[in-house]
Amino acid sequence: MIRVQAENFDVGAEINALSHGNTAIGGICSFVGLVRDFQHTKEDETRVSAMTLEHYPGMTEKKLEEIEAIARDRWPLEDVLIIHRYGRMEPGENIVLVVTASAHRKAAFESAEFLMDFLKTKAPFWKLEEDDNGAGNWVDAREADEDAASKWNR
Amino acid sequence: MKILYFAWLRTTIGCTEEEITLPDNVTCVKEVLNHLRSKGGVYEQALGEDKVIRVALNQDYVQDDAPVSNNDEFAIFPPVTGG
Repeated sequence: MIRVQAENFDVGAEINALSHGNTAIGGICSFVGLVRDFQHTKEDETRVSAMTLEHYPGMTEKKLEEIEAIARDRWPLEDVLIIHRYGRMEPGENIVLVVTASAHRKAAFESAEFLMDFLKTKAPFWKLEEDDNGAGNWVDAREADEDAASKWNR
Repeated sequence: MKILYFAWLRTTIGCTEEEITLPDNVTCVKEVLNHLRSKGGVYEQALGEDKVIRVALNQDYVQDDAPVSNNDEFAIFPPVTGG
């Protein structure tokens, strides 16, 4: 299941809801992406004071559903949950949650990593970072993210 | 054709979406981009050859040579940075 929403989510409650009543699940893997207060390294002089996530309503849901379908096709998954927020967020807030549940851990670990790698290069979201002075900067895409996604095509 | 702009393309061009009628000689993605560029000003600035952009046609990623029609939803945006 995928959800695109402005409001925050409760990681524990989401995981409990997903596993409740499904005793075929032997392992759950989750990844939570947070807003951090620097751009690339802790030594960066400019602090990020907030971030606004813009997205393409319609295409976002379509791409997330496609990515979920690929993961379900590739690994024996009992359940999948992807939640991605949009709007303005401050450091420490949740941005994204990926949860994968399977009978065995390997499928859960691998598919969660795959979902994050694909989401980062396919789902139409854009980050606008605000610095200490309130100036906004659009975040550039990183080549490392493309590399991470392309390894799953091998 | 409905054109949508996102992120810095939206802020540079100064518009979220617009409706255009394609000239008869504009039949593929690359030609739509050239057509918009030919409007000059902020379009030329946002869609310059040095800019890295992506195009989605009816909410799917497409290459430059994909065919287009007036009924399509054509979105232009920078490489994505979510997650």
